[in-house]
Amino acid sequence: MHRRGVGAGAIAKKKLAEAKYKERGTVLAEDQLAQMSKQLDMFKTNLEEFASKHKQEIRKNPEFRVQFQDMCATIGVDPLASGKGFWSEMLGVGDFYYELGVQIIEVCLALKHRNGGLITLEELHQQVLKGRGKFAQDVSQDDLLRAIKKLKVLGNGFGIIPVGGTYLIQSVPAELNMDHTVVLQLAEKKGYVTVSEIRSSLKWETERAQQVLEHLLKEGMAWLDMQAVGEPQYWLPALFTELYSQEITPEEAKEAVP
Amino acid sequence: MDRFSWTTGLLELGETLVVQQRGVRLCDGEEKVKFDSGVLLLSTHRLIWRDHKNHECCIAVPLSQIVFIEEQAAGIGKSAKIVVHLHPASSNKEPGPFQSSKYSYVKLSFKEHGQIEFYRRLSEEITQRRWETMPTGQTIQVSKDSQAGRIRAVGIIGIERKLEEKRKETDKNISEAFEDLSKLMEKAKEMVELSKSIANKIKEKQGDITEDETIRFKSYLLSMGIANPVTRETYGSGTHYHMQLAKQLAGILQTPLEERGGIMSLTEVYCLVNRARGLELLSPEDLVNACKVLESLKLPIRLRIFDSGVMVIELQSHNEEEMVASALETVSEKGSLTADEFAKLVGMSVLLAKERLLLAEKMGHLCRDDSVEGLRFYPNLFLTQS
Repeated sequence: MHRRGVGAGAIAKKKLAEAKYKERGTVLAEDQLAQMSKQLDMFKTNLEEFASKHKQEIRKNPEFRVQFQDMCATIGVDPLASGKGFWSEMLGVGDFYYELGVQIIEVCLALKHRNGGLITLEELHQQVLKGRGKFAQDVSQDDLLRAIKKLKVLGNGFGIIPVGGTYLIQSVPAELNMDHTVVLQLAEKKGYVTVSEIRSSLKWETERAQQVLEHLLKEGMAWLDMQAVGEPQYWLPALFTELYSQEITPEEAKEAVP
Repeated sequence: MDRFSWTTGLLELGETLVVQQRGVRLCDGEEKVKFDSGVLLLSTHRLIWRDHKNHECCIAVPLSQIVFIEEQAAGIGKSAKIVVHLHPASSNKEPGPFQSSKYSYVKLSFKEHGQIEFYRRLSEEITQRRWETMPTGQTIQVSKDSQAGRIRAVGIIGIERKLEEKRKETDKNISEAFEDLSKLMEKAKEMVELSKSIANKIKEKQGDITEDETIRFKSYLLSMGIANPVTRETYGSGTHYHMQLAKQLAGILQTPLEERGGIMSLTEVYCLVNRARGLELLSPEDLVNACKVLESLKLPIRLRIFDSGVMVIELQSHNEEEMVASALETVSEKGSLTADEFAKLVGMSVLLAKERLLLAEKMGHLCRDDSVEGLRFYPNLFLTQS
């Protein structure tokens, strides 16, 4: 039996619209979607082939990893966006960086009571390498930075602050604005800074300098040395080079995680 | 190893530390010596090694003595190494641990990793030769002995040839990988263009896209790692993957949440879940996107975002506002508390303790005393005693 009724009208309207679009030479979204599906399958095959030949290269060669990431960024692709992405599944890049993320979080948490949540990239690198153990894959500082950029989305205040020739990594949701950053950069040379130095280098008034320093003190990122000759010095534990070689004691590690 | 001299390990004026690495063993050519475990320091002028137990045992060699360096990859049971080929020791070299050596190279064995970074920095320093432009107190030994020069040349040619071959081989591998990668990226770029076009069409409603097809599109974007350009998305219509993930999370996190007072920060969740998985880990974005659909799927856990931006997962049964009441009691008992003190008392992480106290303050139960000694919370007597 003919099923002419409500359905037919809608179908006819749709066919008319399609014809109109086709007339104007426009390709419909659903057609493009079908095309994308096909291309996706092909791409997956190509990626599998690439992985079978070069997966090791990515795993072992940090320079290649950097090139890979840069190329992805250029074309608008984020290979680390999801563990379910092709890049992650087939090249294994995902697991490498996500696991690194876990290790970074753990190191930052363990040392937070000492440095207020600020740590140099160097120290973080050292501590992460220690934690990974002898048989794990080596990681470069670039790898760490990429993993940290991904961690920002978790809302824990992860941030990267350029200082001197390197970076300070922030791992607490403390607000650090331009003023704070600039003072941190000033302090990087000697590990500490004074109000007079800020006044002479940055040409700020005393009050502005003091406000910034007090904020860093409150956040536990700076320690005050009132016994220094001349004027009080504000030290940043994150910049103490001594810390490079110190172990995290078992007590400290226990206290860090409730 | 006869090129090394004893040193105090203190840097000279004008000499800067570039990088250091612990857990390094020093070998004289192929032979192990007593320099088994120590810190290796690279300065702008020298390579310094210091025993990790006995800090007095400290030796160094000027960077100017280095002919070239090569990397040796790690193997099973073997650490990664850097081989440092050296000029012969000059006659006026300061005394060191060895008078003579049959090897013209030393091996640095990185038992605790760090070899990649160290190699990079050492190469940089050798190329830049900063010791030439930054004079220090100590005279730098440069071997200008012509006789030694002739002997040196013969041995080195053989080594350099081997290095060149190895470099060509590595380059070939890299360039092939790079070529293949470029081709792959071309195809990926086409997909990105296509997805932009589709997204535009969806926006302007050219054609009839069903809800199902939109979800399919999003999963394509997810697979390729392309940011979702569709503006009219709501978190409720995430991809199937995220919805599946959300249900899994609800199952996995039930017990841990109960053990932690009903609330956990998202970073804690990230670590917990990924440590448990071991393989096929979640990206931070996967986790956040899954958490965003928890509410719409009516699962027993939910995502909450505090004013500070801190994100937590709570049990539906958890009521942070009720917890505030007990927090107030605790603070009142002690007179006043900082976030650290409160965290220790209650057995919470400092991060969440602070959020609870801030919430209590927001609700008017506590007020703050903000000084350089820290942020301290007191019961809000303005409210209760007026």
